[in-house]
Amino acid sequence: MSSNLEVEPGAASESVLVTTDSFENFDHMSSSLEEIKNLNAIAENDESNVENSNVENFEDLAENVPCNNEDDDFIQSKEWATRSKHVFVLSLAGKPIYSRYGNEDKLAWLFGVMQTLVSFVQSNDDTIRSIHAGDTKFVFLVKKPLILVAVSRTQETVNQLSSQLNYVFNQIASVLTLTRLNKIYEQRQNYDLRRLLAGVERLIDHLLDFSEREPSFTLGAVQCLSLASSVRDNISSAIVGACSKIKNIVFAILLANNKLITLVRMKKYCLHPADLHLIFNLVQASESLKTAESWTPLCLPRFDASGFLYGHVSYLSEDCQACLLLLTVERDVFFTLSEAKQRIVEKLRRNNCLEAINESLNATEETCIVAGFPELRHYLYKCKSTAQFYQPSLSPPYTKYHERLTNLYKRAHQLLHCSTRPLKLLFEKSSNEAILAWDTRGFELYVVFEPLVDTNSAINSVGRLLNWIKKREEKLFHLNAPTF
Amino acid sequence: MKTIVGKVVVLGHQGVGKTSTVIRYVENSFTHHITPTVGASFFSCKILIDDITVKLQIWDTAGQERFKAMAPMFYRNANAALIVFDITSQQSFESMQGWVVELQRNVESPMVLCVVGNKIDLSKNREVTRDEAIQYARSIGASYHECSAMQDQGVGVVFDDVARGLIRLFGNTTDHNLKVYDSENIDNIMASSSELEATDTGKEETVNLSIRSIAHGNTVKPKCC
Repeated sequence: MSSNLEVEPGAASESVLVTTDSFENFDHMSSSLEEIKNLNAIAENDESNVENSNVENFEDLAENVPCNNEDDDFIQSKEWATRSKHVFVLSLAGKPIYSRYGNEDKLAWLFGVMQTLVSFVQSNDDTIRSIHAGDTKFVFLVKKPLILVAVSRTQETVNQLSSQLNYVFNQIASVLTLTRLNKIYEQRQNYDLRRLLAGVERLIDHLLDFSEREPSFTLGAVQCLSLASSVRDNISSAIVGACSKIKNIVFAILLANNKLITLVRMKKYCLHPADLHLIFNLVQASESLKTAESWTPLCLPRFDASGFLYGHVSYLSEDCQACLLLLTVERDVFFTLSEAKQRIVEKLRRNNCLEAINESLNATEETCIVAGFPELRHYLYKCKSTAQFYQPSLSPPYTKYHERLTNLYKRAHQLLHCSTRPLKLLFEKSSNEAILAWDTRGFELYVVFEPLVDTNSAINSVGRLLNWIKKREEKLFHLNAPTF
Repeated sequence: MKTIVGKVVVLGHQGVGKTSTVIRYVENSFTHHITPTVGASFFSCKILIDDITVKLQIWDTAGQERFKAMAPMFYRNANAALIVFDITSQQSFESMQGWVVELQRNVESPMVLCVVGNKIDLSKNREVTRDEAIQYARSIGASYHECSAMQDQGVGVVFDDVARGLIRLFGNTTDHNLKVYDSENIDNIMASSSELEATDTGKEETVNLSIRSIAHGNTVKPKCC
C-alpha cells in the first residue's frame, strides 16, 4: 500500500496509556497502590487505624433490599423478551445481583438456571463459555466471586460480549475493590450484594449503552480532544506546576465530552484504557458531579484492584465544562487538591486555555468531505503504541444509521482479531458501502467508502488519509506523556 | 466583626434529599432527576447573624451503603451535623437513628445536631409523624425541622438554626473545633488545608459527656456511653 510514512501517525516515544489488546485477560493486577504508599511511608500509623475501626459486619443482614412491585409480570411482557441484549450478574451461589432489564427478584428462577449451568459444567472441571441457539448467544463469564451472563441477539461475537461482561465486572470492582468483593463472599456466601451496589445499577446501565455505542471500547483506545499541541502542553504544564509539590498524586486527568484533554501521571505508572473508560463512564453518568467539588473513592481495577484511589472531581468552571480528576492514594487531602485545582484554573484562564478548550468543544471534527476525501464516509484510526484513536464527524447516511456503522466496525475488528485466523487486510463491498480494514504493527485503520469505490482508488485514498492524519497528529493525539 | 467557620456534615439514608436540600439553600435551585452523590460533595456559604458572620463548610455525603466507610472522614472534626430523613419513609427514619448512634460513639467534641424531615410536599404519604420525630430529636438533644427542598419550604430556617447553634456552641464551650477570626478577610482559609492541621482546641476539657454539651440541649439525656 502506498504510504511513505516512516512512523505511523500518532506514535510517540512514550505513552500515557498502557497499550495492550482489548481482549486480553483482566486477571493480572499490579500492586501499585502499596508501592506508592510505601514510597512515602512516613509514620502515619495512627491514621491508618481509622479505616479498620469501620469494618462492617457482613453478618447482620436484617435489612432487606426493597423491591418495587410495579413490574410484576415483566417476564411475561413482550418488551422484556424482545430486548436484543440482556446482561445478568449473580453470585456464585446464584443470588441475583443485576439484570439489565426487569427486576432481578422476579427473575430469581432464571438466575437459578444460570447458576446450575455454570456449576454443572464446573463439576467436570470445565468452564462454560457460551451456548448458541439459533441467532441467540448465551455468553458466560465466571470470575470469582461472580458469574456474569450475556444473552444476545446482536451480531457481536462471543469475544466481544465477554469483553463487555469483563467491563461490567470491573465496574463492580471499581466501586468496591476486588479485595472487598472477595472478602464479602468469604464471610458470607449468601450475601445480597445489591445492598452495597445501590446506585451502581445506573453506572452499569450506562456502561453497557456506552460500550455498545462507542468505538473506543471496541478498539481499546481513547479519543483526544483536538487541540493545538502548544495549548495541550500549556494545560499539562499548568497541572504539573500546581501538583508537583503535592506528594502521592498518581494521575491528573482532564476530559471533556467523552474525550481526553490531557493526562499527567506519576513517573513509572501508566493508566490502562479500560480504567480510563470506567472514569469516562463515571463522569458521564453522574450529573451530580457538576454541582460541586466532590471527593470520592475510586478503584481502577487494571491499575490496582486491591484498593482505592481517592479522587478530587470537579468541573473547571461555569464557563468551561471540562472535568478534572486528581487521583491520589491519600484519604484526606481534599483541601490540598481543591486549592491545586484553583491554581490550575487560574493558570489556564491566564493562558487562554479555557477558551481554546471551549472552542474545540464547540467545533465538531471535520467530516471526511470537508477534509477533502469525498469518496470516504467515515473511518477509525488507532495508533497502537499510544492506545489513542481518531474519528471524523459522522456524515450521512450514518447520522441516521449510526448503529449500522458501529456494527460494521465491530465485525471488521473481529475479523482482524479473531484468534483462529486473524486477517491483516480486509476489503469488502456491499450494496450499502465498502469497508477497508487494515492491521499493521503500528496502527489499525478502518475506512468506510462509498459502495462503488474500486480497489485502486480505495488504496490511494488510504495513503492520502494516512498522510493527512500524520500532518495533524500533534493536534489529534496526546503525544507527550507528562509526569509530575 | 467576628467570623466563625464551622464544618457541617450532612448525613442520612440514600434518596432522602440531602443534596437537594443543600443545593436549595446554597444555589436556590432544584432538579428533579439529580443523580446520586458520588462520595461526598463540598459546598461553602456564609450566613450573617446579628453581627457575626458564620461561614459554613458543608460536606454533603453520599447516602449509599458502599460509601459508609468514608463517613468518619467527614464527621470527624465536624461542628454540626444535619441528619436528614424522608418523612414518607419509616426506613429512612430508622437509618437516620443509626447515624446518630454512630456520631455519639465516635465524636467526642460537642456538636450541633439538627434533625431534618424532608419532603413535606409529599405529606399525604407521611410515614413518620411530626410528634414522633420531635420526640426523638429531643431525646438526643437535637433541634427538629421539617422542610421541602422541592417547594423551598423551611430550608433556610434549617441552616439559620445551624448557624445560630454554632454561635451558641462557640459561646458556651471551650472544647470545640470552631475557628474564629476577628477580621472579615477569611477567603484564604481553604488554602490552609484546615483538614490536615491540628485544630485549635483551647483547653483540655475533653469530657466524655459530649451529648450533654450540645447547644440545643434543653432536655438532654445522656445516652449509653
